[in-house]
Amino acid sequence: MLKLRSINKFYQVGAHKLHVLQDVDLDVAAGEFVAIMGASGSGKSTLLNILGILDDYDSGEYHLGGTLIKNLSETKAANYRNKFIGFVFQSFNLLPFKTAVENVALPLYYQGIPRRKRNALAMQYLERVGLADWADHRPAEMSGGQKQRVAIARALITQPHMILADEPTGALDSTTSVAIMKLLREIHESGITLLIVTHDSEVAAKTDRTVRLKDGKVVADGASAHGPEPVAAISEAAAP
Amino acid sequence: MIRALLLPIRALLSWDRWQEIFDTMSRNVLRASLTAISVGWGVFMLVVLLGLGNGLENGMKRNFAREAANTITIRSARTSIASGGFDVGRAVTFDNRDYERARKVELVDRISGLFFVRGGAFGGSEMMTRRGTKANAFAMTAVHPDGIYLEPHDMVAGRYITESDLRERRKSIVVGQPIVDFLFEAGENPIGQWINVGSVAFQIVGVFHDDTGADEERMMYIPVSTAQVAFNGQDHLNMLTFTVGNGGVAEATAATDTIKQQLADAHSFDVNDSQAIRVQNNVEGFERFSKLFWIIAVFVIFIGMLTIGAGVIGVSNIMMITVKERTKEIGVRKALGATPLSIVSLIVQESVVLTAFAGLTGLAAGIGVLALAGKVIPPGGALAEPSIQLSAGLYATLVLMFFGALAGLFPALAAARVNPIESLRDQ
Repeated sequence: MLKLRSINKFYQVGAHKLHVLQDVDLDVAAGEFVAIMGASGSGKSTLLNILGILDDYDSGEYHLGGTLIKNLSETKAANYRNKFIGFVFQSFNLLPFKTAVENVALPLYYQGIPRRKRNALAMQYLERVGLADWADHRPAEMSGGQKQRVAIARALITQPHMILADEPTGALDSTTSVAIMKLLREIHESGITLLIVTHDSEVAAKTDRTVRLKDGKVVADGASAHGPEPVAAISEAAAP
Repeated sequence: MIRALLLPIRALLSWDRWQEIFDTMSRNVLRASLTAISVGWGVFMLVVLLGLGNGLENGMKRNFAREAANTITIRSARTSIASGGFDVGRAVTFDNRDYERARKVELVDRISGLFFVRGGAFGGSEMMTRRGTKANAFAMTAVHPDGIYLEPHDMVAGRYITESDLRERRKSIVVGQPIVDFLFEAGENPIGQWINVGSVAFQIVGVFHDDTGADEERMMYIPVSTAQVAFNGQDHLNMLTFTVGNGGVAEATAATDTIKQQLADAHSFDVNDSQAIRVQNNVEGFERFSKLFWIIAVFVIFIGMLTIGAGVIGVSNIMMITVKERTKEIGVRKALGATPLSIVSLIVQESVVLTAFAGLTGLAAGIGVLALAGKVIPPGGALAEPSIQLSAGLYATLVLMFFGALAGLFPALAAARVNPIESLRDQ
């Protein structure tokens, strides 16, 4: 589904060139549920942006569902984002002046799908996340958990290759976090590829596989520990 | 490529897009309306100023250029320079030959000789006019067929004096509307009816209307040839009046000089004698007026454009702020698959809608005020019928929409450059 080969990314900071990602290799098969962990500055946000086709990289190759994602025009990148990737953000990023159903339907607007059809589809996805009754409410009238459910429905509606979640529980209390993670697992079980970027080991523990980043390198990659403790580091040589 | 071109058109027709625009505008009604007012006010000012300029022009033309704006008249008078063996103070009298010569001058377009009938009680032109038991004094002048082109008269019934009237010395008469109103009962057809003027019976062949003044309408016209016979005029004429068509001052002056020379030769007066004949050249005055109004119009348009320009810059400013405010929203949209083009067209369309709405409101308000002013302004004043041409208004709106698009373009390009990563990180 997803294949990264020797991805390098530099940032120019003043006179210095910051090597943010160093020869990152990563393979994610269809239907996997992966956590990408790392402290701030580890390069995980940069990796997320590259995976989300929000940012370009300097060398290497990134294949997504068989398509090479490299040096795309803005328009092409926008089309791929729309078709291939569903985003879930820490702060939900719903449009405040649109109702829940309109927010869910928004990605389909950019596919030119007529209003009636996309709103009907959006209702199905709202039902799936248990918010059919809240369809006509605006985000301001909803709780954090509800907002994140709307955002997840929005990520699902285009039937993307994968869903990228950036700290999906970062703005939620622990009870709600558990519920959202449960929902994400349900989605995973329906066969969708899910990548979660997080610094929270509890969140990572709910996934099947954890990839650890440190100083721009993959330092560990393996099955997630099913507990609060982080997984044991494996040697770099063992990484695929 | 074709898809890229079709996208803005599709967007324009999409109800979603309109709803989006009204959504954003209604989220900040005060700001949107203040912006709209700045543009609307500019258009309103432009329309009112242009309208008043036109009104001033109309009023002035009506008041000053009573005779068809660009006519030249030459009247006979008395010599003041001795010439051809004659003493000063000799009366110059034009005759039919002068008319015949003058009408052959190349630059002359329309020409009529005038013979003043002097048969009134006090030797004036006011003739006792009678039909049945009704009688009143009305002024009468004898003319050639071109006379209709030399006065701002409009025929409302029948015809004007013709060549055959002239040739056959018919007792045809053309009268103004008030004379008909006086002599006839309402609903009676005056054409073909006979009336007595002095001791001569005339048959009415036409009725005219003139909205430049009541006195201009209380006039009667008969053929020169008839008048010369009936009122003892021999072959005399009192005045020549003519136009040079679309010619300007140069043509008017050339034609006048030619005719002056002809008259001087025929009547043995010095061509430089300013008293022997009196020339009134309306063309010069008309051109001066036209130029003045042209300058006023340019000035008004200049000021109006600057005012609208200020409004458009205001719109651009507001759109810039809107884009700044909506950075996050735009970031989200881009993450969800909005192309740069769709972002640009969203902002530009919003700007165009705002300016067009404001502009049309200003246009309507301006036209309304002008219409009201037109009703309130007393007739015959310096202002008359203040109005603008609707085409000019629509033109202005199109130009405004163009500038609206331009005003939105720069903020829109800024919006398209919004980096979704950075806008979403801002939390």
